[in-house]
Amino acid sequence: MTIPPLGSECENQSTSVPPPQKETRTGVREIIIDWAARISDFKPTVIGFDPNRASRGTRNTYDRYASGFDEGKGMSDLITMDDLTNEEIIDILDTAEKLLPVARGEVYAPLLQGKVLGNLFFENSTRTRMSFEAAMKRLGGDVLNLSSVGSSVAKGETLYDTMQMVDGYSDIAVIRHPKQGAAQYSADAVDIPVLNAGDGAGNHPTQTMLDLFTIRQAHGTLEGLNIVLVGDLRYGRTTHSLSHALVRFGTKLTLVSPESLNMPEEIVGDLRTHGGDVTESDDLPSMIPEADVIYMTRIQKERFPDEDEYAKVAGIYKMTADDLKVAKKTMIVMHPLPRVDEIDASVDVTGHAHYFKQAFNGVPTRMALLCRSLGVKVPKKVGA
Amino acid sequence: MSEMRRVTAICNGTVVDHIPAGKSLQVMQMLRINVGRSNPISLVMNVPSGKVGRKDVLKIEDRELTQEELDRLALIAPNASVAIIRNYGVAEKRQIELGNELVNIASCSFWNCITQNSREPLPHKLRVVSTEPLDVRCSYCGRSQDIDELADSIL
Repeated sequence: MTIPPLGSECENQSTSVPPPQKETRTGVREIIIDWAARISDFKPTVIGFDPNRASRGTRNTYDRYASGFDEGKGMSDLITMDDLTNEEIIDILDTAEKLLPVARGEVYAPLLQGKVLGNLFFENSTRTRMSFEAAMKRLGGDVLNLSSVGSSVAKGETLYDTMQMVDGYSDIAVIRHPKQGAAQYSADAVDIPVLNAGDGAGNHPTQTMLDLFTIRQAHGTLEGLNIVLVGDLRYGRTTHSLSHALVRFGTKLTLVSPESLNMPEEIVGDLRTHGGDVTESDDLPSMIPEADVIYMTRIQKERFPDEDEYAKVAGIYKMTADDLKVAKKTMIVMHPLPRVDEIDASVDVTGHAHYFKQAFNGVPTRMALLCRSLGVKVPKKVGA
Repeated sequence: MSEMRRVTAICNGTVVDHIPAGKSLQVMQMLRINVGRSNPISLVMNVPSGKVGRKDVLKIEDRELTQEELDRLALIAPNASVAIIRNYGVAEKRQIELGNELVNIASCSFWNCITQNSREPLPHKLRVVSTEPLDVRCSYCGRSQDIDELADSIL
């Protein structure tokens, strides 16, 4: 049945809905939820609420009152890891843990029913794009996908103009863009929350969150671990964001790369300024015995301004199962994927390989991030 | 015997004193002073200074710089002193202040920053991360800016 707009129910109501009681007038919100629950078999859907957007007329009145969760809370962007405190990081990881059964499809929890995600990928992606889409759909939401190919971006539309469209069509945006700073720029351009899914060689905080989730899942803690980041640390946005987060949890960080792909000096400087225990090296084998986590990355051909420079370092680190014989039993190998030749398939069958599990963890982690940014509180027991 | 004046006093205008030695040309660039078409300007470079060793001095006649213009100087001459001159006397002394964010003063110099597309309409924003040493970063891409090159990126 059609639900009449609030505000007109007294005059035009054709269904027999009792009018609000005078003595409970102070609890208008409760009255309306109660009213909505009584008509027909309708059950109010729990939808996060942004008072700013509602006031712009982009939400109907029903949404404003039927929301059962944390009105006005949330609606936050995630552009770099600096946007999160350590407590918030742990809180998001805990939420992701609760959402694991939903991510696996064992439980249906339509927490984001009625919400639309604008999934904007101006660069290639498999895992990030699909896991955001899976996260939104598993939570009952919808997804609008946009890529530069086949859109007005190919006609030369500015990012600002594109974002104005996304602002009107969706409730939250996820953006990956080849230009560094594009995520912050987008967040400044619109009212809806924006999640950075990778901006050039800048940051990739949602990847960091799933990386932290995977590390905590394997080791039970984020603190005091010996973590080795390997490969393209210069252009690798995953390692930029991850290193920032890890030093905040007291990690001993070893950065292994050829000289031309060293972590940018300003990032290393920032890590040390924040008290990070950071060592730089180009020797991977000597780091394996002491490591708790080895985080491999691909040498990213597409980020090199000069192909000759790429040729000098391509294939410089190749890990095989034999190399890991000296590793601790509990050591895990991670990789943001895709891999090229830096991890041999022989590693896949060892107990150290965690990169496919890591890729799956993108779903519960991104579920938690979507809920947080949309101001939707995840119940203690999901699906109960 | 008192030291002879290197340049004459100006009747009206702005005097920027205690510019770090050799930086006055950059200061002019930051103030968007077009040397071919501007008011009379007197420039003194590398003169001895009791306060900073050596300094540059810039005198701009018949133009009172606004606070917004002066604040740009904080990027390269944070300790410069500024006097507004009226009728040969100091009418006002102004402080240069480096705020937390510089909006539409200079553009980010990083080649792959989103702001390199001149058609993007949002303002250029640089964030002051620290003043000692001076560390200015693009508010969008986060890249540290080379302070000496910033003069070339003035908008």
